[in-house]
Amino acid sequence: MNWFYFSSPPTFYRLAGRLAPWFFILAAALAIWGLYLGLLVAPTDAQQGAVYRVIFIHVPTAWMSMFLYFVMACYCGLTLVFNTRLSAMMARAIAPTGAMFTFIALWTGSFWGRPTWGTYWVWDARLTSELVLLFLYFGFMALANAFEDPRRGDRAAALLALIGVVNLPIIYFSVQWWNTLHQGSSVSFKGTSMHVTMLTGMLVMSFAAWMYAIGATLVRVRSVILEREHRAQWVRGPGVA
Amino acid sequence: MTIYWSSWSEFWAMGGHAFFVWMSFGALLAAIVVEIILLQVRRKRALAAIEEERDLEAEN
Repeated sequence: MNWFYFSSPPTFYRLAGRLAPWFFILAAALAIWGLYLGLLVAPTDAQQGAVYRVIFIHVPTAWMSMFLYFVMACYCGLTLVFNTRLSAMMARAIAPTGAMFTFIALWTGSFWGRPTWGTYWVWDARLTSELVLLFLYFGFMALANAFEDPRRGDRAAALLALIGVVNLPIIYFSVQWWNTLHQGSSVSFKGTSMHVTMLTGMLVMSFAAWMYAIGATLVRVRSVILEREHRAQWVRGPGVA
Repeated sequence: MTIYWSSWSEFWAMGGHAFFVWMSFGALLAAIVVEIILLQVRRKRALAAIEEERDLEAEN
């Protein structure tokens, strides 16, 4: 299989168009299943009460915020090393969805924190490093669009994204390295039925978020390709609109 | 796989945490709706720009 075949923007444009709807369908089906488990089946936590149900969107969006940054940084690495065009377009397509998930992780954490910690926000290592992640996404998008020549924007933003990778282990290990208000990674609840339903619901919601992120990225990369290749002959050909 | 709640009103009340739970789930729903709208707007703009350029070239 020739992978470079798919790295050509016109080919990938068509492939992305065919694949995107399936990822959205998968995301919707998984979200329905996950929300059913998380909101309806899972029992309420004895300590925190019903507000713990925020976990079913907080943890998946927080995981995706970091995972999408990692994938974006990998594409940025390809851009800098091989000077490939599609990798830069993919990084640009991932960033807004990554920022959206980061924002929702912070927002839901805030609304979970108020009844459990008594505050919407605290400058704790986990919260602060996640906020830095949001600013890294914003910085990436601003820098990518700051140049007349988009190829220069690609390279400048890619460099920023790669430097920002340092923040990922800081977010992940912050609850171990510092004494944070944010709880640690291992959540244990009394009773096994609770644990299984909670874990299943959280994993199903994570897969839903993942599939949604792929669908949104594929749709966005098609627009990025059109914006960048607007002078090429193929964008005026059949099967583009 | 039994439903935890005994009534819909109990479900919506979320044990007194309705505000915090629904502000969280509502924000995610709103964010997804906004993103999907923005994705469509961006695609329409990109296609319109190509159309415009083609018309300009046809005139010249």
